[in-house]
Amino acid sequence: MKLKKKIPVIDQGNSHGFWGGKFGGNFVPETLKKPIEDLEILFNKLKKDKKFIAERDKYFQNWVGVPTRFIKLKNITNYIGGAQIWSKVVSDANGGAHKIYNATVHCLLAKRSGKKIICGDTGAGYAGKMLSMAAKKFGLKCKIFMGAKDIARQQPNVKAIKRNGAEVIPVYSGSQTLVDAVSECMRFWVANCDTTAMCVGSTVGPAVFVRICGWSTSQISRELKVQLINEFGSIPRKLKLYNCVGGGSSSFGFWNEFMDYDKKQVEFIGVEAGGPKKSKKHAAPLTYGSKIGILHGAAQYVNQNSDGQIEETESISAGLDYPGISPLHCFLKDTKRARYTAASDEEALRAYKLITKFEKLRPSLEPSHAFFVALKEAKKLSKDTVVVINSCGDAYKDKEILEKRLGKKYV
Amino acid sequence: MFNPISAAFKKARVENRPALLTYTVAGDGSKKQSLDILKSISKNADILEVGVPHNTPVADGSQIQTSAYRAIKRGIKINDIFKIVKDFKKFDKNKPVILMGYYNMIFQYGDNNFLNKCKTSGVNGLIVVDLPWPENKDFAKKCKSKSIYFIQLLSPTTTGKRLKKIIKDSHPMNYFISMLSTTGGKLKVSPQEILKNYHRIKNINPKKEIVIGFGITDKTIGKLKSADGLVVGSAICKEITRSLNSRQNPVINVGRLVRKLKNKIK
Repeated sequence: MKLKKKIPVIDQGNSHGFWGGKFGGNFVPETLKKPIEDLEILFNKLKKDKKFIAERDKYFQNWVGVPTRFIKLKNITNYIGGAQIWSKVVSDANGGAHKIYNATVHCLLAKRSGKKIICGDTGAGYAGKMLSMAAKKFGLKCKIFMGAKDIARQQPNVKAIKRNGAEVIPVYSGSQTLVDAVSECMRFWVANCDTTAMCVGSTVGPAVFVRICGWSTSQISRELKVQLINEFGSIPRKLKLYNCVGGGSSSFGFWNEFMDYDKKQVEFIGVEAGGPKKSKKHAAPLTYGSKIGILHGAAQYVNQNSDGQIEETESISAGLDYPGISPLHCFLKDTKRARYTAASDEEALRAYKLITKFEKLRPSLEPSHAFFVALKEAKKLSKDTVVVINSCGDAYKDKEILEKRLGKKYV
Repeated sequence: MFNPISAAFKKARVENRPALLTYTVAGDGSKKQSLDILKSISKNADILEVGVPHNTPVADGSQIQTSAYRAIKRGIKINDIFKIVKDFKKFDKNKPVILMGYYNMIFQYGDNNFLNKCKTSGVNGLIVVDLPWPENKDFAKKCKSKSIYFIQLLSPTTTGKRLKKIIKDSHPMNYFISMLSTTGGKLKVSPQEILKNYHRIKNINPKKEIVIGFGITDKTIGKLKSADGLVVGSAICKEITRSLNSRQNPVINVGRLVRKLKNKIK
């Protein structure tokens, strides 16, 4: 299995949509074959269309707000005393997280295909919030599927979705989290694909959704590349990019433009959700060696039992609480381009406390996982190493969890 | 290849009616109860579809999901399902049995292992919801080498060109999904419309048996009689749920429902 240079990773799948010959694909009911093929044709055409790209950039510029900040975390760098620690504050984007890029592109595609309704899944609520924002902006009716457990723990985002005029459909099946929300959303699409467009909230699902999402979030690394050159004159000789990985949309977008650099120069570190320290459950299929299986239309490493039933996950962060992982990350892992590890709930909370103590930055629980690993490793790294953490979400949505776990002063 | 599925269609044709196909989830109620249900309906059903429950189904409606979660919760494993089929076949060896499920369960078992086990247990056909054509070509070939029918799904969204290609590669039986829906949705198109689509497919190759499924109940089954076969699934799962919730015997109730279905298509 080999990663090719000079070809975008999203376009490195084979004719059946498999990366490395085995990750991804289209394991979908017959009913979805045609709508998926239509979307593929549309996307393949539009991603080469200068007018469409200009339209995307116009909305990214004027509405999403680009570029998001690239800042040095001076206090924490001094405190840690190793590598220089920087952050790409993607939570600056309209709505407070990276999910806005994919949502915007899906709504633009839905408009072009003449669909009037768009449905989407959400875990932490960001994908749902952003899709509801974009749907409102582009005049589409919007339905958001969300696990009942997530609805209870991510209320600020649920309220935001409703304020944007979207319908929130609670999902009570299975573990009542993201995995069930995605299943229910796909089922809804099966029954309504003639009138409705579907937005998969991360780089997961049938191959075309993986590609659209990766293409959309790559805005993050396009900006970062320019910002690094502005700051350092060139891409630093030792650069390490840390990102949390749930489905894998923010991390893929954070790394994409640096794919062709030697990993000795630009290293990618993906941090999965290890779950509560005392629990055997986790959401870290890459770290803990889960087997390849099929989930939501794609072959990927996924937490499952020997019979092939998908296993329940557990994580403090709803956005990472997913048993599978993007086929793109499976591919990056097996080609050894990226390195993957996990942080526990407690470690993420510890990192959150430290960051908010030293910096004017409030990463949500998802990027707090990445902060933990980055800070731990930065200590042992040389001063000329540049560590960048993608702060891809804002902690506002986590205020109830943070208050419960850390007390009022951290909210 | 000889396969009792074809014999079942032939018998129904002689009786001038469509074949009746039932769908129940293996292990629903309990392992024993699901076996007893199969036994109780085998008199009136021509072909038995046995669902392999999966916990992330992308095409099942709420009735079948409820049955599947109930079965999984009670600990059903793939090997138990093979045992249920085997035990059923001891009771009625000529009644065709089709397993219906999602590909990950087969993939984890290993394609060849799974098919060998199907063969020794007496499984006659397979429906794999999320393994569409052309991705299923290799797997379908493996099925054929074991004389097991791989049943292709066809949908209202399947284009004419694609229909022809799928049917060309297909085994003797195919499954037409009546409408855009998950299983068990309310019939949102008229029976006439469904039959119009059905005949469009049937005419591509009249030798292939085409069954219609999704949304068929005792209320609608009589209006679709001109098809080769009709599948009732969610309505049966719903009856099992209703029986269990009201502490009645699902074996008797489902047996009665299937008899009623049969009478409607005679």
